[in-house]
Formats: sequence, structure tokens, C-alpha cells
Amino acid sequence: MPDLLLELFSEEIPARMQRRAAEDLKKLVTDALVERGFLYEGAKAFATPRRLALHIAGLPVKGQDVREERKGPRVGSPEGAIQGFLKGAGLTSIEQAKIESDPKKGEFYVAIIEKPGRSTPDVLAEIIPAIVKNFPWPKSMRWGAASAEPGSLRWVRPLHSIVCTFGPETEDPEIVRFEVDGIATGDVTQGHRFLAPGEIRVKRFDDYAPALERAKVVIDTDRRKDMILHDAKDLAFAQGLELIEDEGLLEEVAGLVEWPVVLMGSFDEAFLDIPPEVIRTTIRANQKCFVLKHPGNSSPLVGEAGRGVLAPSSESAAPIPPSPTLPHKGGEGSSALANKFILVSNLVASDGGKTIVGGNERVVRARLSDAKFFWETDKKVKLEDRLEKLKSIVFHEKLGTQYERVERIAALAKELAPIVGADPALAERAARLAKADLVTEMVGEFPELQGLMGRYYASLQGEHASVAAAVEEHYKPLGPSDRVPTDSVSVAVALADKIDTLVGFWAIDEKPTGSKDPYALRRAALGVIRLVLENNIRLNFASNPLRADATILIFARLLQVAHLYRNGQLAAFKRIGEQFEGRTFPANDSFDVNTLTGTPVYGAETIFVGHRAGEIKLRSGSLEIETYNFELVGRFSSLAEIQADLLSFFADRLKVYLRDQGARHDLIDAVFALEGQDDLLMIVRRVEALGRFLDTEDGRNLLAGYRRAANILRIEEKKDGRSYSEAPDLQVVNDQGQIEEKALAVVLAKAKEEAAAAVESEDFEGAMRALSRLRQPVDSFFDKVTVNAEDPALRANRLRLLNDIREATRTVADFSRIEG
Amino acid sequence: MTSEPAHMNPARSFQGLILTLQRYWAEQGCVILQPYDMEVGAGTFHPATTLRALGPRPWRAAYVQPSRRPKDGRYGENPNRLQHYYQFQVILKPNPPNLQDLYLGSLKAIGIDTALHDIRFVEDDWESPTLGAWGLGWECWCDGMEVSQFTYFQQVAGFECSPVAGELTYGLERLAMYLQGVESIYDLNFNGLDGDQKVTYGEVFLQAEQEYSRHNFEYADTEMLFRHFRDAEAACRKYLADGEPKAGSNDNRHLMALPAYDQCIKASHMFNLLDARGVISVTERQSYILRVRELAKACGAAWLKTEGGGVAA
Repeated sequence: MPDLLLELFSEEIPARMQRRAAEDLKKLVTDALVERGFLYEGAKAFATPRRLALHIAGLPVKGQDVREERKGPRVGSPEGAIQGFLKGAGLTSIEQAKIESDPKKGEFYVAIIEKPGRSTPDVLAEIIPAIVKNFPWPKSMRWGAASAEPGSLRWVRPLHSIVCTFGPETEDPEIVRFEVDGIATGDVTQGHRFLAPGEIRVKRFDDYAPALERAKVVIDTDRRKDMILHDAKDLAFAQGLELIEDEGLLEEVAGLVEWPVVLMGSFDEAFLDIPPEVIRTTIRANQKCFVLKHPGNSSPLVGEAGRGVLAPSSESAAPIPPSPTLPHKGGEGSSALANKFILVSNLVASDGGKTIVGGNERVVRARLSDAKFFWETDKKVKLEDRLEKLKSIVFHEKLGTQYERVERIAALAKELAPIVGADPALAERAARLAKADLVTEMVGEFPELQGLMGRYYASLQGEHASVAAAVEEHYKPLGPSDRVPTDSVSVAVALADKIDTLVGFWAIDEKPTGSKDPYALRRAALGVIRLVLENNIRLNFASNPLRADATILIFARLLQVAHLYRNGQLAAFKRIGEQFEGRTFPANDSFDVNTLTGTPVYGAETIFVGHRAGEIKLRSGSLEIETYNFELVGRFSSLAEIQADLLSFFADRLKVYLRDQGARHDLIDAVFALEGQDDLLMIVRRVEALGRFLDTEDGRNLLAGYRRAANILRIEEKKDGRSYSEAPDLQVVNDQGQIEEKALAVVLAKAKEEAAAAVESEDFEGAMRALSRLRQPVDSFFDKVTVNAEDPALRANRLRLLNDIREATRTVADFSRIEG
Repeated sequence: MTSEPAHMNPARSFQGLILTLQRYWAEQGCVILQPYDMEVGAGTFHPATTLRALGPRPWRAAYVQPSRRPKDGRYGENPNRLQHYYQFQVILKPNPPNLQDLYLGSLKAIGIDTALHDIRFVEDDWESPTLGAWGLGWECWCDGMEVSQFTYFQQVAGFECSPVAGELTYGLERLAMYLQGVESIYDLNFNGLDGDQKVTYGEVFLQAEQEYSRHNFEYADTEMLFRHFRDAEAACRKYLADGEPKAGSNDNRHLMALPAYDQCIKASHMFNLLDARGVISVTERQSYILRVRELAKACGAAWLKTEGGGVAA
């Protein structure tokens, strides 16, 4: 069967768009064919910097013929009816119609309308221009004289020619004729821009691919990648070195060449003083070159590269792109770098590549000189002396500067330290230094090195190893597969960083919506969840602010509020006193927040000293008293509302997380349905225990018993218009009850007590075990006892017993949410 | 080109490079303009690019534009960075279909042999927030070094370009460094001569780099600059208003788009100086850029009402 060859030849297509564009082209053309009833045997799309190509094999020459019979008027009908029929059926004379008959209608005319299947080239000529005109490029442009008119063709870069041929192997295929905005199809393409300039006439895919290959164009991206990787490894091996592989870079450079020629360059060994990650980042980002390492040696330096947090340039909370693609993990820096690099050119140069290598070495030298200069300059200033500069970096318009953020994170990290088992002084120190590298020259140039550079500089200035590590690791984990820090100082700062971010954006009502999460708040929440769970941290997220051990969220909120008021930028709250629900404060009375939380709230020296409706006073240091007026803005009317909203966000993220871990969503719901579930670790333990219990026969039977009880109760309560939530009257049970009923009452009381005690001591397995003892008495009860007894008192009491079964299960979960 | 003296060779003479590019683009039918007589941050600001890119009239021009980026000054101490440097600018409207080939021809003219050098077109989307302009194109790489920018203008001053213009910008110093094989801008041979007749880039510009760096970072009178910014902004608006077609007149052309645009350029440079002095905060920065953009947009709108912008005389 015949094949289609389509090539769209243009000026250089951005590397990052090529693969997707080829896939889009294939899908759009094949979908349009299938939609029109054209099936095919196989399709493959290709992309190079200058072309998209599509090969569809095994297409029919034409579409299926369609035969349709249309019934007409009776023989002998009036002329008008006959003419109408002829016209409708496309006949010129009634002789062309058949005559059929049936008993009811008698003899009547039937027109046979035969629509021959459309020729495939015609159909292609119809669908391809529309696909080209509406091609889903991420960014497209107009060009040339045609762009003077509105509605001119858009393409990723100027489109120059289109090859479109169709036909069987045995004959010369025909050119599928169509035009897109003045570009007519043909059978001529071009070879490599420099190595084989000039036109190439092609027939079909079978000769197109080899012809291009002879003209120094490899159309298959994956083959170009293989060639590059293979040659790069060979070159490295010949020098006794190892290539540091980089899939993202490989994909990119394969999109920058039609004929890859891999070359090796070198740089002065003196540059190897610079951290290996910096060398790699410089050479990768600016030159799109690979670096090499000496096999086996282990690095004297830090092991793992830090990766971006909030924003690409992280100096502000600017929206981040949806998928941060900085894929390197491990590998890098784990061995000493060599003073060599691999470049991929697009040319078989007449001097064997000497000039090309020389030019690239020049640029690499200049870049590394810059990097070395940054490295040496940065080392001269201590991290703590850079903090002042953070005042000029706005984190977010409404959330203040990085300096203020650091103040908050440091205070919070210090508070969190005892909870996560870290030294508060170290945690505070690490938090204070954590963002200082944002104002180093190096991070200014390479934002993706934030954190990592801070760690280097911290180590060099003799900080405690945990402090230096935390400076890098506090950004972690960055995604579901990123490593979670385990050093307690890192954990404290990482939690503080993320909680501050979450609470801040919640306070200004900038929450993620739908697919939009410009500040990566879902990632931050997941980060908190993983930090807590994987380090077995007990963090109570919603405890009463009046408790002496006032916990994280409330504390963070206070910091936040203090900050927001201080800047006079935000006032999301009616009365500051609302945070201390349950206590009243005279409107003009001074109070010291420190007395409530037992800790300084905003930095070391700043406290709230007073409040009244629409006004808050702040004392900074010992004397200055500032007054800020505020009014209600935003969606939230109180801190409590923000807290509740943020907690439900956490709950949702936790559900997503648990589901991804394979937990049953209904079990998660069953646990969340209980009151006061605000301890991530305990929630997870409970879900796990519940899952295991329900996998046992006791569990399954108890669930069945629970359902039976709940069903009967639901029906009877509805019938009676009342509930039976009172405790069963044991006197009635003893006096009038059957033996099974008595047994159940006894076991219930015991099981409830034991389960509650087990939950209290966080022994969820124990609680489940206690409940499992209910199984047998519940089963016997249903076997032998008639709930709807004639004696109303007895009946009511039996319903209360059923209710007690429901209550007993609620000590561990809401069984009504369990499915299956 | 054939019988030129050795010291005109673009591979050894900075001015030879400029002259060769001018000659090449003159041969392609460009009007060879001289630099615009105002301080601009890039060749794009020249009205021969910004304004001429708007409207339907064909236009082909090339020129050298001294460009000032006060923040990039390094007191003459960095071998790769200058606060004042030259751009060679080419604008072709509409872009001819063979613009890439023409560009490669210009590289050949200055001695870059494509059998030896690896030339690549690497994605680079251009955007000028101050000019309300954007386009798609590439950085042009020669052996891993960016030597030019190549842009198809899609929008300027907030208006769609119809037709689209192709813009080429050559970073002359960097290109010359590569051609001459020197590691520092200041070592460039300016006139291509040898011995005591040789004039280097450093001899011409090093002192200026030192003095202007001092000025830009330390001494520029910020109060005056703020005032000049406001004055330029006000003057721009005034000339735009004064140049509007008079009600009831048959002539509906704008009469002062160019003088108004000069004031926009001036405001932009004042902003760059203030920025270098570090007196504009991050939040203010955005609003200054917006203010200049508003001027640029209004000037673009006025230009479209002039003869040059396509209105019949």
C-alpha cells in the first residue's frame, strides 16, 4: 500500500520544541485521516533543527466507496414529485432509477447513489494545510512580505518549503498538490546547511531518509543522540576519562545539529579550584557542553548540587515555570572533574575541528574566568555580612523583603529546633545564613546554584557542618522524588522556610487554584509532609494558641501578622485579639505576646504592645512605639479562617501523598473524618493500622457487623424520628436481655475502653486489636437477637447497643467512609 | 574588496570590520546611516529601527550605533565588559526570504569561513519591555560564541509589525576580538596598522570607560537625573499632544512623532543611569520601565499617523 511523505522545511526550530512538534504533527495528521475513515499501517515523525518530517506507511489509495439506496415516489406519481426525487438523488432521468415493489406501497422508484471513496491525495490536500495553519507551536511568528496582510501564516520560524508525496513503492509517487499561504508543495528538500547545500529531489520516505543522510542530515533525534553519546564516551575513554552524562543537555544539543560532530576541548587546570558544580553549570548553561571526570576519585567537595526553590531567580517570589527541569542527580561532583569538555558541533570542518575547538575553548576560558572571579570575590565577604543586602530584595510585594523573611524563618527555626531534635542556636544560625548566598556574585549569575554556594561559603568560613548543610538543604525536598534532609538542623530550617512561605501566601490569599500554583505552594506543603513523616516528627498543626507549647502554625502566623502590620500592607484581620479566642482583652490594654507564647514573636526585640479595633501597636526595641492602622481586606475575615483553610489544604496534600504511596483513599477519609486530626504522623500511622486491620478476617467481619448495625440504626432512627445515641441501659440488658446481648454489652464496654486507651497512647494496632474482639459477640448478637423487640424499652435499648458498636469503631476511624 | 590594503582587513582592524559590514549591507541595498546622535542602550532604539519597523513602508538600513549601558561599566578592568560599545545594526522590512543567507554572507565578508567555523542559530526570543517590543529569532553562534542576534520583529511599541522586519545586531567588539584573536577588548587593533602607527581600542576608549564608570556608579547627579526623567517624560507628552492633527483640518497626520520619540529615548537613558546609581528600588524599577513603555507606545501610535508610518502625503 502507498506511503505518505511530508516534510515541513523551515529556519531553525528551537531545540526544546522539536520532539513535541514531531509528535503533534503525527497525531494531527493521523487523527484527521482516521476521522475520515482512512486507516494506516504505521506512522513515524522526525525533527531536526530545520525540518519536521512525517512518514505514514500503508495508506489506501482512496477511501471506501459508499453506496446508498434512496426510496422515491410511487411509479406514476405526479411529475413534480418525480422531479424532486431526481434532483435530490442527483439523477438526470427517471430511467436511472430502479423500480422496486412491496405489498404495501406497490411499485416505487429507488435511486442508487454511489459515492466513490475520495482519493487519498485529495483528502491529504484538504487536511494538511489546515494542520499547518493551526499548528500548536508554543510560540509562533509571522514573517516576510506576506506578513503585511492580516491572517498570514504563522510558524515557529519562517517556513520555506513543503514536500508532500504519496504513492506506492512500485511507481513514482505523486506530489500531493496544495498551497499554504503561497508555499506550494513539491518534492524538493535541502541537505545540511553547510556540508551539503543545494536541492535534493525525493520520492518517498525510503529514499528521503538515505538521501538526507548522504546530505549530512540525520533525521531521527534519537539516532543523533546515540551518535553524540557514543562518540562522547569514546573520546572520553580515549583520554582515560568518564563522561558526566546529562540527558537534558543531550536532548538539547541533539536539537541543535543535523549532523553531530563531537569534539573535545580543554581548559586551564587552575580553574579546577572552582567548585565542580559551578564549572559544570557554567559550561552547560552557557556553552551547552558536557564535562568529564576522572573515574573513581571521590570529590573533596560537597556531594550534591542544590536546586532552585521558589523561583528561577529565587530572589523574588516570582511565578515559577510549571516544570523545573534541572535533572541532574548524584553523579556530578562525586568524582573530580577533568579539565576537559565535550562540545557537539554541526560541522565536519576542513581543519578537523581545530578552529572550532579553539573558539569554544576561548569562550569556556572567559566564562570560567568570570566564575573564578565570582568565587574569589564571594569568599571575601562573610555570609552574615551580606544580610543587609537582602533588604533590597523583594520576596513578594505583600510579603516584604528577603531580609524580613530570614528574620521570620530564623525565629521559627529556633522554635522548631527542640521539636525536631536540633540545637536551637544552630538552627537559628543556619536559617539566618540560608538566604545570604542570593546576593553573592555566583548565585546572581547562576540562580540554580543557590543553596549549594551558600553551603560552600558557609563551610569555608568555618560554620558548623550542620549549619553549612542546612544552608543547602533547607530548600529540600523540591519534589516528590527529591531527597528529604535528615540532619535535624536542616529539617528545622527546611520546615521553617516552607511554613513561612505557606502561611505568608495564605495570609495574602494567594493560594493555588486549579492547575495554577505559581509559587509552588503544593510543593511546599508536600515538602512539609515528607519532612515530617520521613523523619518521624510530631508536629501538631492546630493546637490551641493559648497552650504554653504554642505550636507551629499559630506561631508562624503571629510572625506573619506582625510583619504584615508592620509594613502597613496587609490587614486581613478584624481584631488582633481574635487570635486569642477564649480570652478577652480590653481594647486599649497593652499585652505582651511573649507572655502568651513564652517566646519572642517577631525577632528578638519586637513585640506587640497593644491592640484595638483597626489599630495595632508595635514596640521595636525598648522605646519606639509605632501604630498601624488596618482594615479588612481579602477573603478571610479571621485568623481562624486562614488556619482552617490552610489545614484543609494540608489535609488534601496529605491525601494525595498517601494515595501516591498506595494507601486507600477511603481509609484516609475515614481517619480524616474524625475530629482534631492535626498531627500528620499520627494520621498516617492510623491509616496504616486501619488498612492492616481490614485485611484480616476479624477486620472484615467487624466492618460487616458495623454496617449491619449502622443500617438498622439508620432505618429505625428515620422511622422513629429520633436518635439512639444514649448509652445503653445495662439494667435493661441484664434484666430482660438475651445472653448474646449481655455478652455484647460487656465486650463493648471493655473494647471501647481499651481502644480509647490504646489510641491515647498512640498504639493504633492495639486499638484495632481491642476492636477485633467485638467481632464474635457482634456476629452472635445479629444471629440470635431480634433488634425490633415488641417491648419498646427493650427495642430502644437494643438500638442503643447498635449505636455503641458505631461509637466503638469511631475511636479509630469513621467506618462509614470505608468502601468495598 | 579585492584590492584592499592589509590594514583594512576585518581580521586585524576594528574599523576595517565596521567598514566591511557597511559595504556588504550597502551592496544589499541598505541605506547606510550614521549613529543616532543621542544616548541609547542599544541600536534598536535608533528611530531607524524602532519607528521604521512600524507601518507598511519597505525599509532597509544599516548603521553602527554606539550603545550605552551604564550598569555594565567595570572601570576598564574587565576585559569583556564595557558601558559604551558599538553595535552594528541591520534592519530589513519586510525581511527578505533569504535573510539567513544574507547574514551568512556578511560573516563570509568579514572572513568567517563556514567550512572552518561552526555557525549555529540558537533559540533566543527577544523582548524589550521598555519599547513594548518583542520578536522571535536566534543568538547566532560562531564556535560556541554568540556573535549576533537575529530577530524577526513581531511587535514594536505595542503595535503588530506588518510587515515583519528582520533585525540583525552584531556585537562588534566581541566579533573583532574573535577575528583578531585577542583576549581583551582593550587590546583590539582599532586601525589595523602596526608599530607606532597602531591605535588600540584601549587607547581610544579605556580612559572613557574609567571616567564614565566613576560617573555612572558614583557621581551622576541623581536629583538632576530624576528631574531630567520627569522633564523628558513631560516634553514627550507635550510634543505628542502638540503634534496631533488639528480638529477640522484636512491633514490628519501627526506632526512631531520624531521629536517626541527623542524625549522617550532620553527618559530611557536617564532611567538607565539612575538604575546604575542604585537609587531605584526593585518595586519602583518596574514602574519606571512602564512609564517609558507608555511613552514608546504613544510615539509609535503617533508615528503610524505620519508619512513615514504609511499615511499618504
